[in-house]
Amino acid sequence: MLAYIVRRVLATIPVMLVVAFFVFSLLYLAPGDPAAVIAGDQATPQDVERIRASLGLDRPFLIRFGEWLWRIMQGDLGVSIFTNLPVSHMIAQRIEPTTSLMILTITLAIAIAVPLGVVAAWKAGSWLDRAVMAFAVFGFSVPVFVTGYVLAYIFALELDWLPVQGYTPLSQGFWPFLENLILPSVALGSIYIALIARITRATMLEVLAQDYIRTAKAKGLGSGGILFLHALKNAAVPISTVIGIGIALLIGGAVVTESVFAIPGLGRLTVDAILRRDYPVIQGVVLLFSFVYVLVNLAIDLLYTVFDPRIRY
Amino acid sequence: MRRRAIITALAAAGLGLAAPAVHAQGSAARTLRFVPQAGLSSLDPIWGTQYVVRNAAALVWDMLYGVDSQFRPQPQMAEGHAVSPDGLVWTIRLREGLRFHDGEAVRGRDVVASLERWMVRDPMGQMVRALRQDLAAPDDRTVRLVLSAPYPKLLHALGKQAAPCAFIMPERLARTDPFTPITEAIGSGPMRFRADLWEPGRRAVFERFPDYLPRPEPADWLAGGKRIEFETIEWTATPDPAAAAALLQAGEVDWVEAVLPDLVPALRRNRAIAVEIADPMGAIGALRFNHLHPPFDDVRVRRAVAMSADQQDYMRAVIGSDDVLWRRSPSFFPPDTPLYSETGGEILSGPRDLDGARRMIAEAGRAGSEVVLLNATDLAPLRAMAEVSEALFCALGFQVVTENMSWGELALRRARKDPPGAGGWNVFHTWHAGADCATPAAYTAIRANGPDAWFGWPQNEEIEAAVAAWFAAEDLAAERAAVARLNEASMAFMTWVPTGLFMSYQAWRRNLSGIGKGPMPLFWGVAKT
Repeated sequence: MLAYIVRRVLATIPVMLVVAFFVFSLLYLAPGDPAAVIAGDQATPQDVERIRASLGLDRPFLIRFGEWLWRIMQGDLGVSIFTNLPVSHMIAQRIEPTTSLMILTITLAIAIAVPLGVVAAWKAGSWLDRAVMAFAVFGFSVPVFVTGYVLAYIFALELDWLPVQGYTPLSQGFWPFLENLILPSVALGSIYIALIARITRATMLEVLAQDYIRTAKAKGLGSGGILFLHALKNAAVPISTVIGIGIALLIGGAVVTESVFAIPGLGRLTVDAILRRDYPVIQGVVLLFSFVYVLVNLAIDLLYTVFDPRIRY
Repeated sequence: MRRRAIITALAAAGLGLAAPAVHAQGSAARTLRFVPQAGLSSLDPIWGTQYVVRNAAALVWDMLYGVDSQFRPQPQMAEGHAVSPDGLVWTIRLREGLRFHDGEAVRGRDVVASLERWMVRDPMGQMVRALRQDLAAPDDRTVRLVLSAPYPKLLHALGKQAAPCAFIMPERLARTDPFTPITEAIGSGPMRFRADLWEPGRRAVFERFPDYLPRPEPADWLAGGKRIEFETIEWTATPDPAAAAALLQAGEVDWVEAVLPDLVPALRRNRAIAVEIADPMGAIGALRFNHLHPPFDDVRVRRAVAMSADQQDYMRAVIGSDDVLWRRSPSFFPPDTPLYSETGGEILSGPRDLDGARRMIAEAGRAGSEVVLLNATDLAPLRAMAEVSEALFCALGFQVVTENMSWGELALRRARKDPPGAGGWNVFHTWHAGADCATPAAYTAIRANGPDAWFGWPQNEEIEAAVAAWFAAEDLAAERAAVARLNEASMAFMTWVPTGLFMSYQAWRRNLSGIGKGPMPLFWGVAKT
């Protein structure tokens, strides 16, 4: 197992290299010019050219890529073109809100979606099953920003139960931290809940049709025991796969959610950097997201062995 | 007590959690929570010239002079000045006791270094630089500028509100290359920048500088005593306009600099919120021609477009149905400003004449010409204006080739002088901040100095003579005459087509008082109860 983990971790290096090359190439090919943004509307082309030169943007692609890669290998993500601050510092400033949002969303989604899916499968064809599936269709169909606005309108503006936006660090107290994240997590989690609930239901239906479930029932085992001890454990592999895939959904959704709820996270940092063409920040954040995604996939692969001991690496 | 406060208290007590931070009423009144038009990502007002940077810099840095609401430069850091009889030697004396935020005294050499850096980047500064024979600080409170020719508008240059402003920095920062950003935000302005609390693009915090010496005169734009009533001013950028409006309604912020017209009805229903036009000088929409290539190298064709273009079409496309937010303006200058002139503007204010325009284009031999229209699709006002122009050019019989792109791409493309079919262009839309167009001081787009002119490279001696007359004018009457002549010449030459004046709303909670109207959010004199 340990050898497998080491192999997988080492395998992330070429993956990250490919990602780095693609990110750098895309930004190089993408139209737009940070120097023009900095110089402003009244600047002469000569001014823009001088700023471009001072930023090193006038040098050949391979030289810039090589230098950037060399710095990355030394753990240096570079310096933001606009703020003149290290990219690592900017990421560190923004990582807590995004991480908190994602963890709370995943926790919320799993806590709601898995029981819903299990119950829907257990009561397949009933009104409860149809209600869960209707909720899942609704969750899929409504975009995150619409859910976000509606929730903010009802619970923040009309009822005044929760704040409209913002983020309070955990260090300032658990409730202030939590109250800022409830609405964004519910908004972002709605799609995720729908996805997991549907997969859980489908997988559970398959498992519940197995002979050993019938045997368990014949032995007089209670519904709870059958569902959560026997069936769910065997359905867990596809469910955890979907949860892993959903991390990518979460990263994309976090960008929108952070904008709607003005959460100062990595999503907003990415959008702002893209709009300004702040290349070092875009490259740094995308690399970080890719790395997280690779690690999450590794974690999911390892979880398979826990749910199904027959799986060996 | 608000419901959320009760819920918060119950949650904290019931769950045994850490108590939330509760701000005393007095503390809340000492903090102004402001939502700027954009996030603050840089704090070098010379290196980067975005308005949001200029607005933040006006809190942190001060200037030798500052314009008031009548565009008259008034002494700020300067105690006064003397000009030699031949107009070549300017001696400016600094006020006593001025200090930077790091505790150092403001000295003449700080001013010299700051002006040297500013002169490289600013169009008016470049004019001063071209005339400069010597710029030195004979002592700590004196700066002496020796010119090779008189430059009566020097104080305008030093005090103008258009970016880049001539902010005074410590010499050690001002020695930074003007094309490289400074690493610290140390000024002598009324507020100190809290670099330790800065979250670039999202949050910027300014705290009152106790050693700031406001002038005794009342504040008026960038002039007078900039007395800040708050201990802290906190800027929180909220990129989503609906979220910003919701924050204001919920009382989580005090003042929103820019409000979408769509959101105004909901805000107006809230009695705790005031909504007003932020800057009556607004922005002048522009249809910019490339004068180097057919068909717009011919003044008859440019005038034909002007006589058929309807500002109402452009402005309704930009603003929508709220007619309060736009004005017809048969002028290159913003209405209600001291130098405003409509001389020669009949071509924009008279009846629209599409048939006459077609005839003029035919006479010029340009009927059916291809027109490459650059369309910045990521900026809604520009996209809207481009759609109107596209329809107009089709109606005029041109073959329109609309090239959709981002503003970043357009900014690069418009600098190309190649023929339109070889990567160049014929027309694009932009806008100019009205306040920057109130005088020719920083109005680069009005110039027609050929290869050195702004994009489109118009060349016209009458326009340049009128600009020179304004720079040489020594009183308001002479300035008005020069601007009337400039407007007339620009209309005759039709350097570009003004497509109307449009404005935007700002909103604030009514417990704020003293919010003024101007080209930037003016924090001095604002108070909260």
